[in-house]
Amino acid sequence: MNETILEVKNLHVSFKTYAGISHAVRGVDFDLKKGETLAIVGESGCGKTVTSKAIMGLLPKQNTMIDKKNGAQILFHGEDLLGYSEKKMTEIRGSKISMIFQDPMTSLNPTMKIGDQIAESILIHNKVSKEQAHKEALEMLELVKIPNAPQRMKQYPFEFSGGMRQRAMIAMALACKPEILIADEPTTALDVTIQAQIMDLIGSLQKELNMAVILVTHDLGVVASVADKIQVMYAGKIVERGNVDEIFYRSTHPYTRALLNSVPKIHTNNKETLYSLKGTPPDLIHPPEGCSFAPRCEYGMKICRLKYPRETVFSDSQTCACWLHHPKADTKGLPETMIRGGR
Amino acid sequence: METRENTNMMGDIPETEDLFERVGTEGLSGEDIGEKSLTYWADVWRRFRSNKLAIFGLILLVLIIALLFIGPIVSGKDYQYIDAALKNQGPSSEYWFGTDDMGRDLFTRVCVGGRISIYIGLCCTVVMFVIGALVGALAGLKGGVVDDIIMRICEFIGNLPYLIIVVILSMVMGRSMFSLVFAMSLTAWVGTARMVRGQILQIKEQDYVQAAKALGASTGRIIIKHLLPNTLGIIMVDITMSVPGFIFSEAFLSYIGLGVRPPETSWGALASAGQQQLMFYPHQLFFPCLLIVLTMLTFHLIGDGLSDALDPKLRK
Amino acid sequence: MEERKVLIEVKDLKKYFNVGRHKMLKAVDGVNFKIYQGETLGLVGESGCGKTTCGKTVMGLYEATGGQVIFDGVDIHSLNKKEKKEFTKRAQIIFQDPYSSLNPRMTVGDIIGEGIDIHKLYTGKERQEKIYELLELVGLNKEHALRFPHEFSGGQRQRIGIARALAIEPEFIVCDEPISALDVSIQAQVVNLLIELQKKRNLTYLFIAHDLSMVKHISDRVGVMYLGNMVEFAESDELYDHPLHPYTKALMSAIPIPDPDEEKRKKRIPIEGEIPSPVNPKPGCRFAARCRFATEKCKQATPELEEITQGHFVACHRVRELQDK
Repeated sequence: MNETILEVKNLHVSFKTYAGISHAVRGVDFDLKKGETLAIVGESGCGKTVTSKAIMGLLPKQNTMIDKKNGAQILFHGEDLLGYSEKKMTEIRGSKISMIFQDPMTSLNPTMKIGDQIAESILIHNKVSKEQAHKEALEMLELVKIPNAPQRMKQYPFEFSGGMRQRAMIAMALACKPEILIADEPTTALDVTIQAQIMDLIGSLQKELNMAVILVTHDLGVVASVADKIQVMYAGKIVERGNVDEIFYRSTHPYTRALLNSVPKIHTNNKETLYSLKGTPPDLIHPPEGCSFAPRCEYGMKICRLKYPRETVFSDSQTCACWLHHPKADTKGLPETMIRGGR
Repeated sequence: METRENTNMMGDIPETEDLFERVGTEGLSGEDIGEKSLTYWADVWRRFRSNKLAIFGLILLVLIIALLFIGPIVSGKDYQYIDAALKNQGPSSEYWFGTDDMGRDLFTRVCVGGRISIYIGLCCTVVMFVIGALVGALAGLKGGVVDDIIMRICEFIGNLPYLIIVVILSMVMGRSMFSLVFAMSLTAWVGTARMVRGQILQIKEQDYVQAAKALGASTGRIIIKHLLPNTLGIIMVDITMSVPGFIFSEAFLSYIGLGVRPPETSWGALASAGQQQLMFYPHQLFFPCLLIVLTMLTFHLIGDGLSDALDPKLRK
Repeated sequence: MEERKVLIEVKDLKKYFNVGRHKMLKAVDGVNFKIYQGETLGLVGESGCGKTTCGKTVMGLYEATGGQVIFDGVDIHSLNKKEKKEFTKRAQIIFQDPYSSLNPRMTVGDIIGEGIDIHKLYTGKERQEKIYELLELVGLNKEHALRFPHEFSGGQRQRIGIARALAIEPEFIVCDEPISALDVSIQAQVVNLLIELQKKRNLTYLFIAHDLSMVKHISDRVGVMYLGNMVEFAESDELYDHPLHPYTKALMSAIPIPDPDEEKRKKRIPIEGEIPSPVNPKPGCRFAARCRFATEKCKQATPELEEITQGHFVACHRVRELQDK
C-alpha cells in the first residue's frame, strides 16, 4: 500500500460577499496517496476550485474564512498546512505542492522571458547557481516537449500559443519536482486535439516523477482515461466517491448518474431527448437544509429536504451520501446497479 | 450495510417511515432565482450609500450650495455695497467673514461669488459632456475614416496650450462669462470624447448589440437602448470629477486676471483680491480658499464613491 | 423521397479581416454548403477555424468579402435596408456567451420583447402575453419578466437568449456555440429545448460548436472546418462512423469519452503541433503542415471538396488511397 501524503479533514470555506456569507465548501474530507490521480468533478460553483486553492493556501485572506472550529485540517505528511505561516507556505508552494491553472496566460508573468520564469522558480526553492537553474529550466522545457527549447527559453509568454503556454506552465510547476500537482481545469481553455496532448503529457510526467495529481475538472470525459479515484462534488460537499469503474458503471448517487446521462453517448440516437436535470444548483449563501441536490432530484423523498444523508459505504473506495440507500427508502424504478446497499 | 456518521450534519429528525415517501421535485420549480434583487441603479445607490466618505461629501455639497443661496438673504447685505468706513474689518458678529479693502461684506461676496464659480463649473461640464459625448459616440460608431479624422482633430485640440487660447479668446470676444465658459470647454471635451469613444468601441462588440442588429434594430435604437444606458455610469463619474477641475480653472484664471469682470465676482477673483492683503488681513484670502477647497473636496469624494459604486468588479 | 426545399445556400463564401499592412486574416475562405428546411447543419472545428465567423456572415452580421449567402432564393448581402429588416424577421442568432449577450440594463421582458417592438408585431397587452408565453416556452415563469439578467444563472440566461430569438418566430436560427459556456447538466436542458422547438416549429438550425458529441447528437449533417476551409461534410452518423479526412480522424479520436472501457479501447491518432495562424495562410491544403500523409502535391494545390460516397464530401488529395488503409 502506498503512503498517504495528503489528508483533508472536514474542510469548510466561506466567503464574505455583498449579499452575505457564501458557504463554498461545506465539509470536505479526502486523502491522497503517493503517485495516484484523484479527480474532483463537479459543475461551476461546486467548490472544487476553492478546495484546491485552500490546499495551496491561495485563497484571498481578506474575505475568506476557513472554519477551524470543526477540526478542519489539511495534513501534508502529517503536518497541518492550515497552521502554517505565509512564509512556510511559500516554501511548500511550488516545491512540494504545485498548481496549474485553467488560463496559463494569467499565471505567467507577461514581462519575463519563459526561461527566466522557470529558472526563478527553481532559484527560490533550491540553492543552485543561476547557470544551473537555467540548465534545469531548459531540461524542464524539453521534458514537456516544447520544440526548439533553447530558442523558446528566450521568448515571452505572448509569443507562445495556448497549448505551448500550458506546457510552459507545467514545466514551471514541475521544476522543483513536487510531490503533488494540482491541475485546475488544465485543458478547459484548449482545443480537443491540444487537450489530448496535454493530458497525455501530464500522465507521462506523473509516472516519470512519481507524483500525485489532483485533477479538478467538470469534464467526465477527461477523467475517464486518467483518474484512479474520482470524487463528485455538489454545492460544497462530496456526494459520491469511488474508483473509475465504480463511478462510471456503478454510480450510486442520482447526481452522478445525471452528470453521466446528460452527455450524449456514441450510441444514442440523434435528437433523442437527453436526460436533463431541472433547475440550477442552489445558492450557497442560503444552502438548503437537508440534501442540496434534493430540489433537482427526481427520486427525492420528504426526508431529503429535511436532513443531510449519512455516507453509505459500498466498498473500500466507494461511498455515497444519499437517502436512497437507507433501508426504508423507496427504491421503486431505480436502476439495479444503483441500489447495491447490503448486497 | 455499514454507514458512516456524518459528524455535524445530523439533526435530531427521527427517520420515520413516512419521511421516506417519494416526492421527486414536486412543489419545487428549480427555477427560483431568489428574492427580487435590486435594479442596477438601486444597487449603485445602495453601494454609494454604504460609502461614508461619499455620503459626507454629498451632504457637505448640499450644505455649501444651500449656503450660497440662503447666505446673502440671512446676512441681509448687498455684495456690491461699498462702505468706505468699514474697510478691512476682521470677522465679527456683524460681518461674519469681515470686509474687503472697499468695505464690502465678504460673507455675502463669497456666497455670490460661489454661485458664479459653481455655475461656471457646471456650465463648462455640460458643454464638455454634450460635445464630448456626441463627438466620441460618432467616432466610435462610425469607425474607419471618420474615426481617424475625429481622433486627429482631438489630438490637435488637446495639444493646444489652453492658457494661450483663453488669452486670445478673451481678447477677441471680450471678458465675459460666455467667453470664459467657451474658452474652458473648448479644449476640455477632448478627454470626454476619447473616453466615450473607447466605451462605445467596447460595447459595440458586445453580443447584445449584435443581437439587436440581428433583430433588425436601427442605429438610433441601438444607441438609445443599448449604448447610452451602458456608458452612462462611466460618464457620470467623469462629470462629477470634472466640475471641481473647472471651478479650479476658473479660480486660476480669475486669479491671474483673466476671469470674471468686476463688479461681478467669483471665488477666484476674491482670492486674488485677498492675496494682495495677505500680509495684513489673511482672512480675506482664507475664506474664499476654504470654500474652493471644500467644494472641490466634496466633488472628489462623490466622484470616488460613484466610481466605486459603479465598478462592476465590486458588484457581487 | 420528395425534394426537400433548400432554405440556405452558401456559395464560395469568403470573409477576410485586414489585420495590418499586407496581412489578411482569412477567417472563412471559400466555403460552400446548403441547408434544407427543417434540418440541422452542424459546423465543428477548433478555435480559429472560422466557424463562428461563418455563422455571423451567414446572418449578415459581417459583410462577406466574397461569395454569396442565398436565403430562400435571395442573396442576403445584396438586400436594401427594408429587405434586410424583413430578413431579420426570418433568421435569428443565439450567442455563445450568455453573459455578454443580454443587455444588463434591460429587464428580461424588454430583452425578449425587443424583436416584437422592432418589427411592431404586437403592442400593449398582446405583447405582454406573448412575452409570458415565450418565458414559459423556455421553462421560466412570468414573474421573471421584470427581473434583470444578472439575477439569472448561465443556463437561464441562455434560455432567455433563445426566447429572444424565438419572439419574432423565425424560420432559421444560427446557434453559435450555445452550450459551450454552460455546465454539463445545463447543456442537456438547452439542447433538449432546441430539439423540441425544432420539432414543434419546423425550425432550421445552423449549429456551431466545438463539442463534437453534442453536434453529432443534434445535427442531421455535419461539416468539419479547418482554418477557414471545409475539409469534410457528411450525414452526422456517416461522419462519425467513417471519418475520411486525416484531420477529422484525429479530431474524432481526441474527443474524450466519458466511458473508461471505451476510452481504453479506442486508439488515439496523434496530431502534431497546433493550428497555424490564419493570417496569410500558405497555399495548398491548410492541414498539410500537420498531416502525416502530406505529399508535395498537398503543399501546392488546395484540394476541392469531392463526393466520395453518397452525400459524403472530403477535401483531400489522398483520400481515395488512404481510404483502404
